[in-house]
Order: sequence, then C-alpha cells, then structure tokens
Amino acid sequence: MTAQHLDAMVPKPDTAPVLQVEDLRTYLFTSWGTTKAVDGVSFTLKAGETLGIVGESGSGKSMLALSLVRLPPEPAGRIVGGRVVLNGRDLIGLSEKEMRSVRGKEISMILQDPQQSLNPVFSVGNQLEEAIRVHDRDADDEVVRARSLQALKSVHVPAPERRLKNFPHQMSGGMKQRIVGAMAMAYQPQVLIADEPTTALDVTIQAQYLRLLKDLQHRTGVGIIIITHDFGVVAETCDNVAVMYAGRFVEQAPVEEIFDHPRHPYTRALLDSRPKTDLKATRLQSIEGQPPSLTDLPVGCRFAVRCSYAIDKCHDEYPPTTSLAEGHVAACWRSEESPWASG
Amino acid sequence: MSVRNQPTRADNESTSMLGTSFDSEGQAVGAPRRRLWERRSNRVPWVSIFIVLFVLVLPALFADFITYHDPLRGNLADRLTPPFWMEDGTWTYPLGTDKQGRDVLTRLIYGARISLTVSSVTILIGAVVGSTLGLLAGFFGGWIDRFVSWLIDTFLSLPNVLLALVIVAAIGPSFVTIIAIIAITIWASFARQVRGETLSVRETEYVARAHVAGTPTWRILARHVLPNVANTLIVLATLQVGVVILEESSLSFIGAGIPRPNPSWGVMVADGRDQILISWWISFFPGLCILLVVLSLNLMGDWLRDFLDPKMRQRGRG
Repeated sequence: MTAQHLDAMVPKPDTAPVLQVEDLRTYLFTSWGTTKAVDGVSFTLKAGETLGIVGESGSGKSMLALSLVRLPPEPAGRIVGGRVVLNGRDLIGLSEKEMRSVRGKEISMILQDPQQSLNPVFSVGNQLEEAIRVHDRDADDEVVRARSLQALKSVHVPAPERRLKNFPHQMSGGMKQRIVGAMAMAYQPQVLIADEPTTALDVTIQAQYLRLLKDLQHRTGVGIIIITHDFGVVAETCDNVAVMYAGRFVEQAPVEEIFDHPRHPYTRALLDSRPKTDLKATRLQSIEGQPPSLTDLPVGCRFAVRCSYAIDKCHDEYPPTTSLAEGHVAACWRSEESPWASG
Repeated sequence: MSVRNQPTRADNESTSMLGTSFDSEGQAVGAPRRRLWERRSNRVPWVSIFIVLFVLVLPALFADFITYHDPLRGNLADRLTPPFWMEDGTWTYPLGTDKQGRDVLTRLIYGARISLTVSSVTILIGAVVGSTLGLLAGFFGGWIDRFVSWLIDTFLSLPNVLLALVIVAAIGPSFVTIIAIIAITIWASFARQVRGETLSVRETEYVARAHVAGTPTWRILARHVLPNVANTLIVLATLQVGVVILEESSLSFIGAGIPRPNPSWGVMVADGRDQILISWWISFFPGLCILLVVLSLNLMGDWLRDFLDPKMRQRGRG
C-alpha cells in the first residue's frame, strides 16, 4: 500500500473546521512540582482531514489527546487554560455531564493497546451493545443488536454474527483493534483520536488497520487525529503533521512539506533518525541528549540544548511561531534560513 | 455422619481417577474442548464438595427431617452411651450421647445449621460492606482511600478473640452478638482484597476506554470493575467460610459464642473436654466435623481460585 493509493481514496478535506484548539494547557500538579505536559497547543482540524501528531516519548502527545476529551489523569492532571472548540462549542466550559455525552458520541478515542481495551469478562457483542447504549439508554434491544452488527460490518470483521458471541481472549490483536474501532465509530463522531493505534500490532496488520481508518473516514467524513512516533504511519495516512516537543508544537505543515522542507531542526532530526531503506546500511542516527524536564523548563527554545544549529538567541528567548508557507508554521529563530535543509 | 460418608468418598475418587486417564489422552491429541473434570492440574475437588455438602449443607437444611432426638433435652438414663460399634453402644444413639444424655449425632446436625447460618450471614454482611468500601477506596483514591485503608488496618490489627470477649462481657452472649462480632472482624479482609484488585483494574485500558467513551462512573464500577474483581470475591468468600466456622467454634469453645444449650460444634467440643479420656466421642465428632469442613472449604477455595483465573479459561477452551 502506498501513500498515493490511500490519497486517492480520501476526498479533499472540506473547509469547515470541526475542531479548533487554542492555547491548550494541561499541567500535572505533583509533589515534585508542576509538570507542563501540554503548554500552549493550538491547531485546527477540518472534517475529513487527518492530522498526525509526532514526537518522542514524554513530549506530551498522549496528554494532549486525553486533554481533548477532558480526561487528564486524576488527580494530578488539570487543564489550566485554553479552548477546545468542537462544532462551535467550547468543551472546556461544559459540565461533566454534558462532557460525558460528547465523549464517544461526537469525539471518540482509540487507545494504544487492543489486547487490553476490551473487558475480558464480557463477550464482544455485549460490549458493543454497551458502547451503543451509553448514549442511548432506552434503545430497543433489537435496534441495539442491529447497530452493533452494523458496526462490526463497517470495520470488515468476517462472520460478524459469530464474532458477537466471542470473548476477547478468543480473538487476535488485529481483530480486537478493529472491534475497538467499531466501538469508537458506533456513533459516527466528528473527531476520532487514535493514540498510537498500531503500536501493538504487527506490520502487516498495521497497514490493514490504517487503510481501514482511511476507509471509515472516506465514508463518514470524520476528522482523525493520529498520535504516533512513526513517520511511516504519518506518510501513509496524514494530510497535516504537527511535531510536538516538550509540551509544544514546534512545527505544523502539510505532510509533503514536512518531509521535503522541514523548518525546525527537531523535525529534521526526527526525520534523520528514521531507518532508511534506500541507502546502504548505515548506523541509525539518534538525537543526542534528553528532552528537558517538564518541571524545570528553560527560558529559551526547549530544543536548544540538543540543537546543533542553536545560536545565543535560542537560549535566551522562546521563538515565536511564524508562518513560512501556506499552512506551514514553525517556532524556530532560524527557520527562515533553515541551515539544516542541505543536510 | 463422616463414617457414613466413607463409601461415597471412595466412589468419587475412582471417578476422578477415570477423569485423569481421559485427560492424558485428551492432551495428547490436543482436544480443543476439555471438560472441567478432565483437567489434570486442576481437578474438581469432589471429595471436598461432598464433605461440605453432607457434613454441613444438607444436615443444616434438613435437620428437622433427619433427626428423631431433641438436640437440647436429653435422657439422663442414657447418659454417656458410647457409639454403636463399641460395647454398650446402641443404634438409637449412633455416635453416642453426652453427659446429659443428648444424642451427639442430632446435636452435630443442628450444630451444622448454626455453623452454616453464622457463616453465611456474617460473610454476606462482611462481603457487601467490605467490597463496597474496598471498591470505593480503590477506585476513587484520595481521602476515601486514606480513610478506608486506615479503617482496614485498624480492624485487621484488632485481636479477634479479645475483642469478642470484651463485647460479650459487656452485652452478654447471643446469636446476634456472635454474628456482629464476626462480621466486624471479617469485613476488613474483603475490603483489603477488593481495594487491591480495584487499584489494578482501574488502570486497565478497558476502564480508560469506557471513560473516553463517555460511560458514567457508576456504570464503569458496575460493568468493568466489579465483574473483574468478582472472581477474587468468590474465592475469598469460600475461604472465609472456613475461617468463620473456626472462629465461631473457638468463641463458643471459650464460652463467648453461641450460648448453651445450643449445639454449636465449638460448644460441643468444650462440653466433652473434661470427659475426653473416658467419653472421647463427645468432643471427637464435632472436632472432626470442624476439621473436615474447614479443610474442605480451603481446598475448594484453592480450586476455585485456579478455575476462575481467566488464563486457565483460555487454556481450557483453547
């Protein structure tokens, strides 16, 4: 499966933004100090569009995902500022009860590990019906059963009638992940967040699963946010990419732009540390050093200490987010000149 | 009672041996569906089930129909009659009589009723109270957890017998008192176990999935947490029946339990204590009942723990 092939299946994103995130901040308050896990993130997602969020472990990707559905880990995590506007409604201002009716219905989420995402003591059909009933308490039994069957069919599960009676331990990881997908899509949400949806699957199943997500998007026009650290996944599925580092987006651009003209040295470094198949076997490149501690962030650019292109200014002042091309923004003092472009 | 059980016991041992030979065959061909009794490592403890059924449950339920003596009033003329197989023994009193001429077998059967009632009532109370508190503490954490954990620690550190003696000395022994005392001492072990399990279930992906799917909290507790700690709860309850019977017997033995002349097994052991060298049967049979029932319940609990383990289920069904 190639990127071109998938692109052909997806309609051009239409212009109305379904999700608008402005300056979202989620901090974790612990006895060691305040961790700024998400520190001022802004982006928009249009219907039928796929946004990839890339970054290394601990950059705040998953925390961002949880903040979008207003479920930062209790009791330490708290959303301290910003707006998450879904269809013109700010989710941050909603009551907990209103928020519950949004989760799973208007904004859904697929978690990392399909092996663990299903309750081992109930059959798959039972859990699907439960997922449907959560937002439709008085639904007729027959209707619910028909809908859960329909949901299984929509994710191309073979022999769905039989599968409904199966327990999670009787299924493969890929099958479980499809069922989790079916549960997430049961209400045709406008936004689907997939937090590393393919990490636990093996490579052949990964491609199938990504194709399935694109297929669902094609049919329902759902806006998808894929959180990953795999540029292969990004290349195959995303329209836009946001690179996250130490709680902030350092660069956002259409997918081809990111690959061809990275305007932030961190993006460049991430791209360079991918395994390459087109060159002769070389040592895998890595980014020297560690991300900064989120409890004790530097004043200047958060990547500066690890950046080989850093100038004095980088250490003194955080760079503003500047627009460099259509839909391409980066937060780096040297993005205009991009000295890393040749390397 | 236990003597009558002997043939049954031999019978069912041969049954389970038959099951074993089946098992080794079934394993060799990799049979996809193995029945309960065909699992070698985890054979059903039929012997224990029979003992619990015939020594505890059935006598307790049908005490009025299977006995023909009064458990409380004896015939002094027949006092200290030995069991039937001994010299002077008669079939009228199969297991002999005590100092007051009461039939030991009859009292054993009514004693089973007391043991079963005390254990089921206290375990019901203990399990409901304990698991509710444990569930809330484990799931919500914070001050609820701190408070409940403190309660658990406090109650687990109380010496049961001493506590019982104090309470009984203050308000006098009665059926209700003994139930209250035992319930107070066992809820904490339920709470501790359920809290621990809840802590781990709370962190699972399926609970996280339920959260992001907009499931209300009470529903997450009822649908995802409780069913996943239920196994532990069932096993613990089974094991606790033995503990409670032992505790009730001990308390009755020292006089802080079931008030005389009610035929608790512990009371009976205590009553025969001073005759133990001559009329050994008065203490021996209730003691044997306690031993067999408590041991069997423990074996059943062990088996249940393995049987209810989801991993075993997976292996069994392939």
